[in-house]
Amino acid sequence: MTNSMADIAGQAAAMLVIGSNTTEQHPVFGTMIRRAVRTRGVKVVVADPRKIDLVEFAVLHLQHQPGTDVPLINGLMNIILEKGWEDQAFIAERTEGFVEFKAVVEQYTPERVAEITGVPVEQLYQAAEILATNKPMAVMWAMGITQHIVGVNNVMDLANLQMLLGNMGVPGGGVNPLRGQNNVQGACDMGGLPNVYPGYQAVTGEEARQKFEAAWGAPMSAKVGLTVTEMIPGAADDKVKALYILGENPVMSDPHAAHTRHCLEACEFVLLQDLFPTETLAYADVILPGVSFAEKSGTFTNTERRVQMVHQAIEPLGEARQDWRITAELAQQILKEGDRQVTGGAYAGWQYDHPAQIMAEIAALTPSYSGVSHERLDRGAQLQWPVKGADHPGTPILHVGQFARGKGKFMPIEHVPPAELPDEEYPMLLNTGRVLYHWHGGEMTRRARGLMEIYGQALVEVNPDDADRMGLNGHQRVRVTSRRGSIEAEALVTDRVPPGTVFANFHFPEASANELTIAALDPVAKIPEYKICAVKVEPV
Amino acid sequence: MTKIVNVTIDGQTVQAEEGQTILEVAQAANIHIPTLCYHRDLTPTGNCRICVVEVEKQRFLQASCVFPVMEGMVVHTDSERVIKSRRKTLELMLANHPQDCLVCDSSGSCDLQDLAYEYQVSVPAWGAKGARYEADSDPNPFVRVDFNKCILCRRCVLACNEIQCRDVWGVAYRGFDEQIVAGADVVMLDARCESCGQCAAYCPTGALSDKMSHGLGRAHQVTKVTTTCSYCGVGCQFDLNVKDGRIIGVTSNPDAPVNGMALCVKGRYGYDYVHHPDRLARPQVRQYLLDGRPKVKGDQWVEVDWETALEIAAVKLREIRDVHGPDTIGVLTSAKCTNEENYLMQKFARQVIGTNNVDHCARL
Repeated sequence: MTNSMADIAGQAAAMLVIGSNTTEQHPVFGTMIRRAVRTRGVKVVVADPRKIDLVEFAVLHLQHQPGTDVPLINGLMNIILEKGWEDQAFIAERTEGFVEFKAVVEQYTPERVAEITGVPVEQLYQAAEILATNKPMAVMWAMGITQHIVGVNNVMDLANLQMLLGNMGVPGGGVNPLRGQNNVQGACDMGGLPNVYPGYQAVTGEEARQKFEAAWGAPMSAKVGLTVTEMIPGAADDKVKALYILGENPVMSDPHAAHTRHCLEACEFVLLQDLFPTETLAYADVILPGVSFAEKSGTFTNTERRVQMVHQAIEPLGEARQDWRITAELAQQILKEGDRQVTGGAYAGWQYDHPAQIMAEIAALTPSYSGVSHERLDRGAQLQWPVKGADHPGTPILHVGQFARGKGKFMPIEHVPPAELPDEEYPMLLNTGRVLYHWHGGEMTRRARGLMEIYGQALVEVNPDDADRMGLNGHQRVRVTSRRGSIEAEALVTDRVPPGTVFANFHFPEASANELTIAALDPVAKIPEYKICAVKVEPV
Repeated sequence: MTKIVNVTIDGQTVQAEEGQTILEVAQAANIHIPTLCYHRDLTPTGNCRICVVEVEKQRFLQASCVFPVMEGMVVHTDSERVIKSRRKTLELMLANHPQDCLVCDSSGSCDLQDLAYEYQVSVPAWGAKGARYEADSDPNPFVRVDFNKCILCRRCVLACNEIQCRDVWGVAYRGFDEQIVAGADVVMLDARCESCGQCAAYCPTGALSDKMSHGLGRAHQVTKVTTTCSYCGVGCQFDLNVKDGRIIGVTSNPDAPVNGMALCVKGRYGYDYVHHPDRLARPQVRQYLLDGRPKVKGDQWVEVDWETALEIAAVKLREIRDVHGPDTIGVLTSAKCTNEENYLMQKFARQVIGTNNVDHCARL
C-alpha cells in the first residue's frame, strides 16, 4: 500500500474497492471502511463480480464480468477525460506518457465498455463522477485484481487512474493492494523472490551482486530464478530435482492440483518444514517440525509496510524447533563439506542466538530496513518502511512530492480476455477465493474447532437462477467439473454470485477449487488466473 | 476556535475546552471518576449512573461522561451525596447479579467486581432471587452469553454498532424484563453475527465472555504476551493469554497500533490450531533414506532425532547441488513466517545453494 489504513479510513472522501472482499479477507480493515461510511459518509464504489458484504455499505456496485477490469477502468478514465475531471497540474508536473495513454483510453467509450463489462452506461457515468469529484479518493484491491493473466495490466491501469486524478502521495488516496498473508509483504521485502535480494535489490544488478557476495562470502548467481509457478512444474520435466518447502502447502494452494501432485511426485527430494501433516506431506522425503507464531520471536510486516514485533509466548511444542534455527542448522550442516565454499564476508556465518541478531544483519544489508531493530520496536517505535536510519521515523505515505522513479509513467493498457472462458461443454465460469472463517489451504483453520463448527465443509456458491435451471433443491450437492478435475460439494444458493458464475474456495482437500483452476500465468508476474476458468455444474 | 473555560473539580481549577465532558476534563487532570458503561472508544450514553458527580447549582447528580463543562462550573466527584448514590447504584446492580465470582471467568477482570470492592458493596440481603436466564444461552462457538450477569450497560450494543458496524445486539422488553437481544431475539449467528467477539471484549462483566477460555484460567493466573496476528496482512496485535505453557485465550490490547480493541473471528478465536494434536512433534524421514537405498515412493515414515534428519537433508541437498547444479534446487519460503526467517531462507538459497530459485506464495 502506498498509504496507511488509518489515513484512508480517516481522510479518504471516496473509495474504489475493486477485487477485494475486504470484510471477509481483511476483516478489521473492512470494519474501518464501514466505520468511515457511517461516521464520515465516505462514498464507496465496489467493483466486483460478486455481491460481497461490503456492497451494503457502498453507494454503487459495479458488477462487471470477471476478467473485464481493464475495460472497466479504461471506461471510467474515458469519462473522466470527457468531463475534464483529470488533475491537469498533477499530470503536467509529475507524470509522463500521458499522450500515448490517452490515445488508448479514448477508444474505451462508455458504450463499448458497457458491452464488454456488462455494466450499464449510466452506472459508469455515476461511478466516474463519484470517484473523480470526491477527493482524495483511495483505491483498494486484492487478489481479484492480480490473479489474472492480465494481473500486472490491471494493477498498472489502477495506477493510471490515480495519477489521472492526482490522488498519489496524499493522505486518503493512493494505490493500495491489500496483502493477503500476515507476512507476505515481509517475505517480499526480505528477498523471498527469485529476482531480488532483500529490499528489492535486483539479482541482475552488478552492484547488488557484489555487495551480497562480499557480505555472504560466496559467489552469487546473476540469473533470475524460478517462481513457485515455474518451480513446481519444473520438477515434472526434471529441471528441479529438490525442493525445500517452508510453511507452504502447494497441493492445496497451487492451481490445477492434479498437476501439482504429479510434479511433486516426480521430484527427487522434497524437504518439508511445517506444523502439520499437510496434503503436501505425502510427497515429502524428510519432514522437519517447525513452530507456530506463538512459539517464536521476530517481526511481521503488514500490508501498509508496518514492521511489528512477534513475541514468543510459549515454548516450542514437542521436539519442534523454531524455523530460523532449523534453517540455520541445515545451512551449517551443508556448508561443512562439498563444492561450495564460503569464505570471509561480514555476514557469511549462520551463528544466531536470537532473531534480533538476524534483524541487525537485515538492517545492515537492506536500505529500506536500515533503521529497524527489535530494540527500537520494543520501545514502541511505529515503523513503516522505508526506515532509512536509526533516527528515521519511517514513511507512512509513499511518493509524496515525487515518485520513486522520478516521474510517474502512464501505461497504455489494452483489454486482453481471460485464458479460458465458458463454452458449450463447460458453460459456467468459476471464480475462487476464501471465506471469512478459513484461511488459505485450511491447514490452520480446519484445526480450529469453533471455526469448523461455523463453516465445516466446502460450499459452492450458486446463483438462484442457475440453481432453478439445473434443478437444485435446497441443500443438494453439486459436481463442478473443469478440464482439469472435478469436485463435489454442497451448494450454497445465493445471489452473491451473478447468474452463470459459481464461486468455490480452496480450504477443504475433499473439495478444493484448485482441483479445477487453470495454471495460466500472467507473463510478467507469473501469477495464475485463479479467478476465472470454465466449468460445468451438475446436481449430484 | 474552541472556547477555553475554567472549571473547578474537587477544589482544583483547570482549563478545558467548551464541550468536553466533566469526565474527560477530570481524566486529563488525573482526577479519578469511576465508570462502568463508559468506554473511551464508544459513544458515552450516561446510563449506568456510576460516574455521577455533584455539580454546584444543579439540582440532580449528573453523569460526568455526558455532561459538558461550562465556564465557572464547580464539580465535586467524591462528596458524600455522590458516594451514597454510587453505592446505591451498585447495590441495585448486584441485587440481581449471580453471587458466583468464585467460579466466574471474568473474576479479576470485571469492572463491576472492582467497583463493588472499591465501594465495599455486597449483594444486598433483599436481592439475589436466583438465575433469571439460562447460563451459556447462545450456541455461538466463541461468545459465551450469560445474561444473569448483564448490567444493561449497552457497551456490547455500541461495540457491535460503532466498532464492528454489524448491529447484532439491541435492547428489548421493558422495565425489569429489559434485556440485551441478538437481532429480533434470535441466536447470534442468525442475527448475522460475524463472531468477532468485540462485544465480549467490551463487556465489563461476565455477561459476554470468550467461550473457548471458559474454566481455563482467570486474569491473575495468565501471562499476557503482546504479539502480531498470524492470519491476514492487516497486522492486528493482541495479547496471547498463557497459562501453564498453553494459550488459553486472546484478549484485545487497546494500544494495538492498527486495530485497537478490534479483532476478527480468526484473530481472536482461531488460535487453537497451535495446540492441535496433529502438530508434528518429531522429525521424520522415509525409510529408504535410512537404508541408503534409491528412492521408494510412499515409503514408510520413521521418526528420527534432529541430528539424523538434518544430516540426511543436508547430504541430499548438497549432493543434488554438487552433481546437478544449484539451479536444480528450489526453495519455497513462507509468508506465514517472520522477516528474519524469510531472510534466512533466501540467504540459504543464494549463499548455501547458489541459486535464485526462491519464492513464496505471494502469487497464490
